[in-house]
Amino acid sequence: MSTDGLSRRSFFGRAAVASAGSVLAAPAVGAPADTGTAPPGENLVAVAITVNGERRELTVDPRVTLLDALRERLGLTGTKKGCDRGQCGACTVHVDGRRVVSCLTLAASVHRREVTTVEGLAQGDRLHPVQRAFVEHDAFQCGFCTSGQIMSAVAVIRDGRATTDDEVREAMSGNICRCGAYPNIVAAVRQARREP
Amino acid sequence: MRAFTFAAARDVEQALRLAGPGSAFLAGGTTLVDLMKLDVLTPQRVIDINGLDLRGISTDHNGLRIGAMARMADVATDRDVADHYPVIAQALLGSASGQVRNMASIGGNLLQRTRCGYFRDTATPCNKRQPGSGCPAQTGENRDHAILGTSTACVATHPSDLAVALVALGAKVRLRGTGGTRQLDLGEFYRLPGDTPHLENQLRPGELVTDVLVPALPWARRSIYLKIRDRSSFEFALTSAAVALDLRHGTVHDARIAVGGVGTRPWRLTAVEKALCGRRPTEDHVQAAAAHAADGARPLRHNGFKVTLVQRTVTRAVLGLAGRR
Repeated sequence: MSTDGLSRRSFFGRAAVASAGSVLAAPAVGAPADTGTAPPGENLVAVAITVNGERRELTVDPRVTLLDALRERLGLTGTKKGCDRGQCGACTVHVDGRRVVSCLTLAASVHRREVTTVEGLAQGDRLHPVQRAFVEHDAFQCGFCTSGQIMSAVAVIRDGRATTDDEVREAMSGNICRCGAYPNIVAAVRQARREP
Repeated sequence: MRAFTFAAARDVEQALRLAGPGSAFLAGGTTLVDLMKLDVLTPQRVIDINGLDLRGISTDHNGLRIGAMARMADVATDRDVADHYPVIAQALLGSASGQVRNMASIGGNLLQRTRCGYFRDTATPCNKRQPGSGCPAQTGENRDHAILGTSTACVATHPSDLAVALVALGAKVRLRGTGGTRQLDLGEFYRLPGDTPHLENQLRPGELVTDVLVPALPWARRSIYLKIRDRSSFEFALTSAAVALDLRHGTVHDARIAVGGVGTRPWRLTAVEKALCGRRPTEDHVQAAAAHAADGARPLRHNGFKVTLVQRTVTRAVLGLAGRR
C-alpha cells in the first residue's frame, strides 16, 4: 500500500477512468511502494518532485499527467481538472515559478522540479494576498476555476507586465470562468497588484 | 492514451540515439500530450528533451538565433527580439495563452499540428492522420480551413503565428540527425499537402530541430503582426499578416509579407511585396497591392470570406505600419 492509502492497482484503475476511457492495462511488474527507492518497471518512471516545498517521490506510468499525480497520488485536490486539454486553465500550477497547465504536463517530465499548487500559497491560516483579494471581491461563483485563476493571477502579478485592466484580461485569457465572474476577477487582481 | 516508454535525454547526441521508429520528442508537450490524449498521436516511445541545452536566444551582426527549446514566452519578452523584430514578439504574444507560452518550445511551435477538427477526431477520416482515408473537410465544416496551397487530399491550415512571422523574415531552421547537421529555409521546410498531406515538412525520422536563424534585417524594426480572429485572445487566426517595411522618404523601398490562417503552410506574398515596392503607401496603392494576397485562392463552401479578409488584413497591416492609419 502506498502512503496515501491506495494500492497501485486501484490507482491505475482510477487513472484509466481519468484518461478519457482509454484501455489501460496495469504493467505486470511488482508493485513498489511510492518511496522512489524501487527501480521503475518497464514502463514505469520514478519521479521526485518538490511540491509546495516538500520533496515527494512517486513511481508513475508515463501517461500520468502532473494534474492526475497531484490529485490522485498526492491528495492535492485544490488543482482542478476542467477540460483536460489545456484550454480552460483550471489546472494551472507553477513549475519552477512559471504558470503552466498541469493537464498537458506529464508527471515524468517534472522530475527534480519545483511545483507550487494553490495549497502552497497560504502561510498557515494567513491567505496569500491574491486569495484574500478573491474573497474580498467575490471573484467566483461556483469556484471550480478559482484555484487556476488564483495561480495564474499570482504569476501575472509577479511578472509585472500587465498593469492596466485590459492587460490583465489579456494575461488571464488562459483561464476560463463559465460563471462569468470576470469583472470581479479583474478587480481582485487590481487590488492584489497594489499590495506589497 | 496508449502505453509508451519514457526516457529523458541528457544531450542532443543521446536524444538522437534514443530516437527510432515510433518515437516522439517531448518538449513543452502542448501539442504532443494533447494529441496523445485524443489518440491522434500514438508514439511507442517518448523522449523528453527538456534537459537539452538548446534554450539560448542571441543576436549578432548575422541576425537572431533562437534555440529550439527556448519557450515562446522567453522569446516574446526578449528585449532584442522586441526591439529588432517586433513582428516575432507580436506573433508570439498573440498566440495561445500565458500558460501555454510558458510551456511550448519554439521548435514545437513550428512543428505543431493543424487544428482541423477532422484531423483531431479519430472517428472521422483524415488523409493527414490516416493516409488514403479521405478528407471530410472538402465538403464538410470548412470555415476555418485554407484557401491557398490546398489539394483534393487536404485543406488544413498551418496554425502557427510564429511561423508566419519567420517566413516573412526569411528565417532558416537548423536540423540535426545522426547523419549530421543541415539548414533549410523555413518556407521550404514546410511541404504543400499535394496527395501526401501526412508529410508536413522536410524533417527526417529521428531528426531534431535545434535552432531557428533569422537573418539580420535592420528595417525589420518596422514590422507588425496583425491577427484577425473570432475572439481577441487565446484563439487561432482566421487570417493574419506579418509585415516588415523598409520605408525611405515616404516610399516603400522593400517589403516582407506573409499571411497565416489561409494557407496549408505559412504563405509568403512576394507578388504583394513587389507591387508595393517603389510606391508611396497610399490607401489606393496598398489596396491594389494587397489584392494579390489571395492570388490562386480556392475557397470552399464556408471560408470564402477569407479571400476578402486576407486582402483587408494585409492592407490594414501595411497602412498601420506606414503610419497611414
